[in-house]
Amino acid sequence: MTDKSLLIKDARLLDPGQSLDKVADVLITDGEIKWIGKGQTPANVETINAAGLILTPGFIDIHCHLREPGLEYKENISTGTRAAARGGFTTVCCMPNTSPPVDSKSLVEYVLRRAAAEAVIRVLPIGCISKAQQGKELAEMGGMASAGAVAFSDDGKPVANANLMRQALSYSLTLNMPIIDHCEDPALFEGGLMNESPTSYRLGLKGIPSAAEETMVGRDIALAALTGAHVHIAHISTAGSVDLVRNAKAKGVRVTAEVTPHHLLMTDDWVTGVRIIGGSSATANPYDTSTKVNPPLRAKSDAAALLEALKDGTIDCIATDHAPHDVVDKSQEYDHASFGISGIETAFGLLMALVHTGKLDIKTLVEKLTVAPAKVIGHGYKGIKAGAPAELTLLNPDEEWTVDVNSFLSKGKNSPLNGIILKGKVKATIYDGKIVYSDVNDAATAPRKKTNA
Amino acid sequence: MTTITPTSKWHKNILDLDNFTRADIDSVMQTTDAMKEIMQRDIRKVPALRGKTIITLFYEASTRTRVSFEQAGKILSADVINVTAQSSSISKGESLIDTGKTLQATGADIIVIRHPSSGAAYLLAQNVNCNVINAGDGWHAHPSQALLDLYTIREKLKRLDNLKVTLVGDVLHSRVARSNIWGLLNVGAEIVLCAPPTLLPKIFIEAYPHNGKGSLTIEYDVNKAVKDADVIMALRLQTERQQSGLLPSLGEYSERWQITPKRLELAKPGVMLMHPGPVNRGVEVSSELVEHESSVIEEQVKNGVAVRMALLYMLLAGSKPNETSLAHS
Amino acid sequence: MMTAEDMRRASVRIAHEITERNRGTDDLLFLGMQTRGVPFAKRVAQSVKQAEDKDVPVGSLDISLYRDDLSSRGRLLVKKTDIPEGLSDKRVVLFDDVLFTGRSIRAALDAITDFGRPRSIQLAVLIDRGHREIPIRADYVGRNIPTSVNEDVIVRLIETDGLDEVVVTRRED
Repeated sequence: MTDKSLLIKDARLLDPGQSLDKVADVLITDGEIKWIGKGQTPANVETINAAGLILTPGFIDIHCHLREPGLEYKENISTGTRAAARGGFTTVCCMPNTSPPVDSKSLVEYVLRRAAAEAVIRVLPIGCISKAQQGKELAEMGGMASAGAVAFSDDGKPVANANLMRQALSYSLTLNMPIIDHCEDPALFEGGLMNESPTSYRLGLKGIPSAAEETMVGRDIALAALTGAHVHIAHISTAGSVDLVRNAKAKGVRVTAEVTPHHLLMTDDWVTGVRIIGGSSATANPYDTSTKVNPPLRAKSDAAALLEALKDGTIDCIATDHAPHDVVDKSQEYDHASFGISGIETAFGLLMALVHTGKLDIKTLVEKLTVAPAKVIGHGYKGIKAGAPAELTLLNPDEEWTVDVNSFLSKGKNSPLNGIILKGKVKATIYDGKIVYSDVNDAATAPRKKTNA
Repeated sequence: MTTITPTSKWHKNILDLDNFTRADIDSVMQTTDAMKEIMQRDIRKVPALRGKTIITLFYEASTRTRVSFEQAGKILSADVINVTAQSSSISKGESLIDTGKTLQATGADIIVIRHPSSGAAYLLAQNVNCNVINAGDGWHAHPSQALLDLYTIREKLKRLDNLKVTLVGDVLHSRVARSNIWGLLNVGAEIVLCAPPTLLPKIFIEAYPHNGKGSLTIEYDVNKAVKDADVIMALRLQTERQQSGLLPSLGEYSERWQITPKRLELAKPGVMLMHPGPVNRGVEVSSELVEHESSVIEEQVKNGVAVRMALLYMLLAGSKPNETSLAHS
Repeated sequence: MMTAEDMRRASVRIAHEITERNRGTDDLLFLGMQTRGVPFAKRVAQSVKQAEDKDVPVGSLDISLYRDDLSSRGRLLVKKTDIPEGLSDKRVVLFDDVLFTGRSIRAALDAITDFGRPRSIQLAVLIDRGHREIPIRADYVGRNIPTSVNEDVIVRLIETDGLDEVVVTRRED
């Protein structure tokens, strides 16, 4: 713990967890929020003049890929958490589809040990549902839970065997942790490359029908109802899935869901080269593999339904599904390229396009990035209040910046947003009372206007 | 009469016909006329592309397309080098981008690519400076085939306007169908697609916006689809489709969708029967129709060489010399 | 530089010169070079017909595929080559509108060679503007027009351009 103090002056404090929305100063000492107020400015304290900026609880991402162990050429805990901090996140949950998959107590401990040594923010591991993600036998969920896992998932692939899914849900009741499913029917998905749509037919790319997701969402809801356990639908992407979740929630089934920024703001025409976010557009080639992601970018009507569901609470929270890949994994034919978007650094700027176009208010957005995901996993939210650990994100909602994948702190440069101007920027991220990211020191996005120094 | 100025620029690559104008199509037709004349000479060789290198890069087996590009290049005096996936570093795992850069470094002026992945020709074109011709990418496009089909129609019917063209067969997996749709819509044709619904989903046609020019409709009943057609294009049906559950059996397919003499009679008198080849006799087309007087399947192959001569010539005559080429540095 | 009437007279004179030099019309074959050489050849053939009451076959030749400057002056469209009855043992007269560097004629000679072995090849041009780069001369000339290399000689014919005229313009650069 540092004994240094930090004063954030004149920020708009926005904490949906306690309906806080006011302009005040925040003093941080020894990793904690010491006081919140106005006027009493301590001398000789490092000060951030935050007038016009918004201070929120640190963002929480319950779905990202840090690629450790085994796939460090794509990302590691050091680069992944630095990238997350640049995106405003102070807590990330990492998916277990690594090499080997995190399916045991010792592997959960390994990830946590690596995080203690390398991470700049909190890392909460998610363990496998099945041994080696084979979808055959349950992994030792209890052991992993004791070691620090916060949820279970075979993410990257679905739990195809319905009976295994039933047992996993049932078993999770003793752990009180969610089972997160990547919903996709393997036979309907088979060989799919993009959303099945007129566009996929035109481009000659095998389509992934919405039904591939929806049949699995429907099955999982039935199994959650059967077991009384909590199922969490990862990266929900279709209007039909949203309807299923909405109905299930109305009936009291314990189902929650997350949506990614890219499924809210990008659509399947991006595969043809379209790039439009808010008022910014860029040119891209058709078949650009940065648009290849699973679940695929869907139709405009799906994106609209997802936004509606986010607002009405059907979708609980936003998660990035940050999926970094090495350039070799993406510099290939569309068929052969890996699925995934490196999205943790662009999440906030991208989502702000919803706020700037009047489709979402900023309070709801902040809620869906902080309190709401914390509620799904039962961890991570600290709030802006005296005595709480200082995990905070400082934002400029109106600052524009140009996405340059080469400036990403993530090893994964696989973003279709390259060259797009986003309006809304993370200025600083504070974890454990320390500034773990500041755009002042970020050569790539530092404001051009010079401050007097 | 339009005057082509000496510095006319044409397409740098031919990846599909979606970016072709009617004038582009007409100029290919006109140049193909000239190329066809060369093919009828005693000495079938002109020096137009002397010193130019054309590399055919084929990741899929092909007879007619590869041979016709090679023949086209040779008639125009280009040096033609054939690279296939089996005979090259591709079999050692070299990526498409690296292979393309290697071929460019050896002095290729044009790379003609055939690849099983949709979009592969675009990936190549983005990563090399030389001209690229898409000779078939996955299910996506086969522009030179569509141009030779248009040429064959124009030669036989003496027009490209007011056509009714029926495409019958595996539309879903057909790059020939996709490129022909762009080409035929461009000349304002009335296009009818016909196949089992498993090979032709209803939303397929929504992919092709056509502002008032021509029309594109689906008719699952082949007897209705061929009615009054000027042209019937049968598409190749790969026999694997049965195994993948898209068809109950080839027999049932033939019974319901095969082009037979009886079905031909439902079309316009003098209807042209086309097929991009290779034909599964007795599946897509009844065997006796392959050599029937309506069939232009052999002409399609002949015209394939002439159209590809025109494309090779127009690419190199209409675009800047390849700066990295060793041939003219 | 030339009016429609001047051009008509030149065609008639060239028709006479050709029949005089070839002692009639036996075995003559006129080949017009695309584009404006073709109507020029037809006009001269018409004049021959009026004077001698003999039909001289007229063909067309496109030399795009024989040029030695493909990529620098690439001509996109290749027009029709049509040689009526084969040219072996014919007295071929090649027609072009403007004779300049001579390179087009060189390409035309190559093209003709690919079709057979004529008894002779003669050259008729409407305008000779000088500046030869290779040793080629015309046998029949409508008019010699001395020009600078910075000038363009533009021939317009009714058949291709809607009117008959020859003008010289200075190139702007």
